[in-house]
Amino acid sequence: MVYGEHEFAGKLFVVEGTDGSGKSTQLGLLYQWLKAEGYPVFFSEWNSSPLVREITKRAKKRTLFTPTTFSLLHATDFADRTERDIIPPLKAGAIVLADRYIYTAFARDVVRGCDPEWVRKIYRFAVKPTVRFFFRAPLEVAIERILIGRPELKYYEAGMDMGLSDDPEESFKLFQGRILDEYDKMVPEFGLTVIDASRSIIQQQHQMRRIILPHLKDMK
Amino acid sequence: MAEMNFYGTPLPYIDHKPYPGKLIVIEGTDGVGRSTHIAELRAWLEAQGHAVSDTGMARSDLAGKGLKEAKLGHTLGRLTMQLFYATDFADRLENEILPALRAGFIVLTDRYIYSAIARAVVRDIDPDWARALYDFAIVPDAIFYLKIKSVNELVMRLISSGRGFDYWESGMDLSLGEDFYESFVLYQSRLLEEFNRMSLEYGFHTINASRSVARVSADLRRAVTAIIEPMAPALEPADSPEVIARLRQDLTVKPKKRKKPAL
Repeated sequence: MVYGEHEFAGKLFVVEGTDGSGKSTQLGLLYQWLKAEGYPVFFSEWNSSPLVREITKRAKKRTLFTPTTFSLLHATDFADRTERDIIPPLKAGAIVLADRYIYTAFARDVVRGCDPEWVRKIYRFAVKPTVRFFFRAPLEVAIERILIGRPELKYYEAGMDMGLSDDPEESFKLFQGRILDEYDKMVPEFGLTVIDASRSIIQQQHQMRRIILPHLKDMK
Repeated sequence: MAEMNFYGTPLPYIDHKPYPGKLIVIEGTDGVGRSTHIAELRAWLEAQGHAVSDTGMARSDLAGKGLKEAKLGHTLGRLTMQLFYATDFADRLENEILPALRAGFIVLTDRYIYSAIARAVVRDIDPDWARALYDFAIVPDAIFYLKIKSVNELVMRLISSGRGFDYWESGMDLSLGEDFYESFVLYQSRLLEEFNRMSLEYGFHTINASRSVARVSADLRRAVTAIIEPMAPALEPADSPEVIARLRQDLTVKPKKRKKPAL
């Protein structure tokens, strides 16, 4: 039950990064490739449990969250994901790919005002991933990617609950900047593998595959 | 005014000023009469002109409904369930309990973090982690632990109340025994052990709940009075015959109808 102490036959690869860093695209490509290569692979996304999704939706509409309830509700969802989606396939010896993991919570909840140590304690039950990719995009690039084709930013997405600015776009920029700072702090703390997300999609994918290949021996 | 003390890391983003209200916790295993005593205390305090608010597990706006649904469907894993309860607690603490305490209310809470921790620990969850979840909880002004002598007594109460055995109160998710009865006895015994252990750790004020409702009530009233009015003149002994008689009257809801003798 303690981070780093689980031992499973399977492998867990996770991608992290700010919105607009291209991490989901990269994980999707990796998934297709692993499947085509004949590996048993399972895909897990953040915010996937139906129960929590419904509560989140309802609560976000009414801006009912405090930093702590926001954090705990996401931790609940993550625990559900761990118990249902992550541990069983890992025990069975499969590859599990996760789009966002505990580091998302560490960045987001701390920026929202939770105590960093407390948030880390809450997630102690998480399985330590085999490789933890951090897609690092310069702030301007990420913001541009998100704002294109999106006329309006959502309340929580823009971090409007933090009172950084009354202008959603300005608030969003400040919020994402702080998130990026938190990720940077976590690189040495958790041994995140940094991928330069300003490189081409193909270059990034190539680099990802090269990094995970040594972990895939005897997985088929 | 009471200082705002936290069990662990304080909530970083809230006002930590002393508050004028009182936070009073009624804890105890299932079926010891917590809700009866809370209702009684509330009516009694309100009659004295106090502003009272009460709350209890799984009653939050945010997570209450979801928790009840999850319990009906038995769909969540052990860790998920603990975190869901912590979410419910956080919502009630920040949106109900703290505002009420700041406004000078006496907040009566049916269970607090201790039940949640006990339930987690008897499910083999790391006790340190279970406590860390509730680091942000404030230390109450008093914790009354309604303690029952034995699980057998609890079983008898359950049967005579006509409620019968409930899936969660019997810890059926743990597969401890062959049936509801066996499972209930084993599960509740473990909970009792856990409560006894926590009693010292958290400084419970233990009240013997294996007595009549009136006697337990008298003890509670006396103890609560000591908390809300530290300067109050000495009271008459809470278990004097007069007090017990008055309490019996207060607590009597309806006199039982007598059956007409058959002709």
